[in-house]
Amino acid sequence: MTTQSIRWFWFASPHTFFPLAGTIARVTAVLAVIFAVAGLYVGLFIAPTDAQQGEAYRIIFIHVPAAWMSMFLYVVMAFWSAIGFAWQTRLSAMMARSLAPTGALFTFIALWTGSLWGKPTWGTWWVWDARLTSELILLFLYFGFMALQAAIDDRRRADRAGALLAIVGVVNIPIIYFSVQWWNTLHQGASVSFSRAPSMAATMFTGMILMALAFWMYSIAVAMVRVRCEIVEEGR
Amino acid sequence: MSEFLAMGGYASYVWGAYGVTAAALAIEILLLLRRKRETKT
Repeated sequence: MTTQSIRWFWFASPHTFFPLAGTIARVTAVLAVIFAVAGLYVGLFIAPTDAQQGEAYRIIFIHVPAAWMSMFLYVVMAFWSAIGFAWQTRLSAMMARSLAPTGALFTFIALWTGSLWGKPTWGTWWVWDARLTSELILLFLYFGFMALQAAIDDRRRADRAGALLAIVGVVNIPIIYFSVQWWNTLHQGASVSFSRAPSMAATMFTGMILMALAFWMYSIAVAMVRVRCEIVEEGR
Repeated sequence: MSEFLAMGGYASYVWGAYGVTAAALAIEILLLLRRKRETKT
């Protein structure tokens, strides 16, 4: 039997990854637009009015996908940070740096849209409950990661310090996710989970998934363009 | 059309959420494209 190893480390070199990142960025950017148009169409025109919340619930189509992305991007950022920390691969640290601003952006969007959703449904813009507070901490973790990267001149040391912060901060992700179960929060429980059917109309669920795919493709496209900038800037 | 824009009385909340999201993504794209131009990638 012949063993043929996949040359994973081939793409660990920034030089070989550069053109691939450009191709991925172009494909995912197009997919993001397609998913966004489809998601907005289903979310704003097809999905029925909610029996309890009226039209205010339509914020869900950006709020939930943005909140998912804010957590998911953090985990990916911490993953690349850990790889870079362990093996000193330059591209891993660049990937972590490229994801941070987009992660912070989706965290902000989740908080902002949640606030605009909370006012008409709960009667308040903000409340210091477990879900909202842990999501705000996530925003500060992203800011801390970026500030730390910017504050340290030595690239290698900046990456190691950022990686440590990112890895330690991962404990916040399960806290956000399970906060609505662990504590008595004003925030409603998960509408979608892995263990049961979604507790909403099929078209609402479809719109949400389409928007999640759009945000996902957007994040990949933006991160790939940004990592190309990182590669060029670090090469100087 | 005006009924759609009114969002059942929740127009400022719904469009406030969608508008700021669109603006935030647009700003990120513009800043990134400027950086891309400056680095000549």
